[in-house]
Amino acid sequence: MLSAKIRNRSPRVLAVASGGGHWAQLMRLRAAFEGADVHFATVDPSAAEVVAPAPLHLYPDANARTPLRLLLSAATMLGIVLRVRPDVVVSTGAAGGYMAIRIARLLGARTIFIDSIANARQLSVSARLSLGVADRVLSQWPDVAAAQGAEFRGSVL
Amino acid sequence: MTEVIRYPSGSLRVFAIAGTQLPFPRLMMALNDWAARRCDAAVLAQTGRDHARYSHLSAVDFIDQRRFDACLAEADLVVAHAGMGTILSCAELGKPLVVMPRLASQAEHRNDHQADTARRMAHLSNVTVAGDAPALAAALDRLAETRAIPALRDRGNETAAQELILALRGFIWDREAPALPVRTGWPRGARA
Repeated sequence: MLSAKIRNRSPRVLAVASGGGHWAQLMRLRAAFEGADVHFATVDPSAAEVVAPAPLHLYPDANARTPLRLLLSAATMLGIVLRVRPDVVVSTGAAGGYMAIRIARLLGARTIFIDSIANARQLSVSARLSLGVADRVLSQWPDVAAAQGAEFRGSVL
Repeated sequence: MTEVIRYPSGSLRVFAIAGTQLPFPRLMMALNDWAARRCDAAVLAQTGRDHARYSHLSAVDFIDQRRFDACLAEADLVVAHAGMGTILSCAELGKPLVVMPRLASQAEHRNDHQADTARRMAHLSNVTVAGDAPALAAALDRLAETRAIPALRDRGNETAAQELILALRGFIWDREAPALPVRTGWPRGARA
């Protein structure tokens, strides 16, 4: 945030993805974080050895069908964002990524949500929610981006 | 039918998917012939209600979602009909995939929409489309070879994602002003 500009250090990035395909796609974008001070957040502790020495933060997986866990997830994410104090938040979904973006935006971070390549027909719920919040929302399908107000800047494949 | 689904250790793990609607014997026969001469390959096949017996495939009719996810996650290569769900699942996980579109002329589907799906998805760097048995075998041999050389495997992936990675780098290092949301990368005229 502001202190980062004054110290002119490399940007601190919080990269957030739930398990499975969301995480696999975030890993495909790792080259983009080279030279940044990157922290990862996900739902699976075994990811720690994959991203080491970068720090890994964990949050409970949740979705719209598990409202209580969603609350717990949001509270955990608040803690993560306050600890990391990122300049930039990057997420490939799903709900956790949206929450991180929502919280970090209040603290002045710049945020980008990249919707999963699996959403070839329409944006995911998290991506649609991010449209009004994140600085950038990307779809990996040009026609979906055009139809739903997101951007297309290529795909992970 | 094999009930316990596991890839033998040390093998080239291939997961074959016919989908939930109809069997796809043309695909399974081609795959069985390929597996017969690849002793390094272990093929798990979800065949649908297929009455044929495949000597070189570990076949099950159907598979529940949890086991399907596990088989897919562990696979080195995936071979499948050109179903949208399968293609997107493989894209999500970045799995190398060879698809054979079902043909109406062979009574494999009601129409030829899988050929359209395959064409539309062929630009994904993990997807190879194979129309017949020789093409399928050639694609699998090539992927098996690429897989054995990590440098080749990684280079292919990175090049394909280059545009997105550059866009993301640009966003991360632009600390001066938040970029304004650009509506879309496509010209207005291209809208459907």
